[in-house]
Amino acid sequence: MRRFLLILLSAVFLGGVGFWFLTSPTLFHFVRGRSVTLPDAFQADAARGERLFWAGGCASCHKSEASENKVLLGGGHELKTPFGIFVVPNISAHPRDGIGGWRFEDFALAIREGVLPDGQHAFPAFPYTAYQRMSVTDLADLFAFLKILPAVEGRQPPHALAFPFNIRRGVGLWKWLYLDGAELAADSSQSALWNQGAYLVNGAGHCAECHSPRTVLGGLMPDKRFAGGRMPDGGEGRVPNLTPHQDGLGSWSLEDIEEFLKTGFTPSFDSAGGSMAEVIKNMGHLREDDRKAIALYLKSLKPLPKAP
Amino acid sequence: MFFRLFCLVSALFLVVPVDAQTDVIGQRKALMKAVGGATRDPGQMLRGQQPFDLAKVKASLDAYADSAAKMSALYPAGSETGGETQASPMIWQNKADFEARLAKFGSDAKTALAAITDEASFKTEFPTVMKNCGGCHETYRAEKK
Repeated sequence: MRRFLLILLSAVFLGGVGFWFLTSPTLFHFVRGRSVTLPDAFQADAARGERLFWAGGCASCHKSEASENKVLLGGGHELKTPFGIFVVPNISAHPRDGIGGWRFEDFALAIREGVLPDGQHAFPAFPYTAYQRMSVTDLADLFAFLKILPAVEGRQPPHALAFPFNIRRGVGLWKWLYLDGAELAADSSQSALWNQGAYLVNGAGHCAECHSPRTVLGGLMPDKRFAGGRMPDGGEGRVPNLTPHQDGLGSWSLEDIEEFLKTGFTPSFDSAGGSMAEVIKNMGHLREDDRKAIALYLKSLKPLPKAP
Repeated sequence: MFFRLFCLVSALFLVVPVDAQTDVIGQRKALMKAVGGATRDPGQMLRGQQPFDLAKVKASLDAYADSAAKMSALYPAGSETGGETQASPMIWQNKADFEARLAKFGSDAKTALAAITDEASFKTEFPTVMKNCGGCHETYRAEKK
């Protein structure tokens, strides 16, 4: 009996140590992380960063709840999901309550690997699975832009998540399944504009995060990417199929997609509503060639039937 | 005999209001589709896909003003459910704002009717009216189920 208990306790202890080791952000960075060192002569530019701010939709989540002002990033919005409620944090330039005290390395690791400066994992409600595709120089520009925005006082309350999703350390396991840490490889057989579109859609744009079905663990399925699915809030709302299938964007021309991203009007003159209306506003801040690039990339996707 | 009559009449009270609700949902969906349909010609003119035609533009603006005027009566309390609808519960939580936006849509359409006399004024004035669509839909239209 005593021997059984001893073996049991050792197993639990080893299991705990194993869990701790496997979920270590340092281990993850060692195995899958990419360098966040900037090239020597690089000068970050906040004006370039602004374009990425809109492409990334930062304000759509992080905007101070009571305000319409999109550069007040005090957080507070609640994301209701099947895992519980995520309370969006303050990412304003406030040195104590926001990211004002962060170094660039802190920011880059948070965006690409979902690790916070205190060594904790960020929950993937923050779409670092997409943002990980962004280049280190783009992140420097974005960081430069965020740092010049107003400081907003006040930390937000913690998330209210159901067990076992509230065990933050467990995200370390999730990352092995769903965060590949890879750079977006340029496709030399495609035009520069196509590659620009691929980078915007898969990186800052994080379109697949809404427009794809998810597993029960909340990860994306690579073979159903962009095929539409359920709204991430776990409700009944559906998100359209972006692939050029007949039950997706098959009947839309490149111009139709560009026009939609600019004005919110579909080819049948329906007008985007809900979350997409917000995205259209963000897309309106991008350059015309950005919207062309996005359209070009989307029309090149493999047609998939819409996900149930 | 009277008991049976009573049951029949009570059943009617259950059936008829529900039908009235779904009728309201059906009516407003048809009205919204009409607004979308009225956007086709001027929308295509703005995109250079059809030549400018003042009469068509005015007809669209008339349709907008007419729809805006009829719309608020089609969202009575209780019609959040009762049929397939993308009307968000936010409408009933912010009824005053919703109605104000409908009124603005109607008045923008009427202003444009007076202001649009040629292609140049069409190009400057019409997009203003179209902005009403996204402004309302962002908050008050839920995703398709």
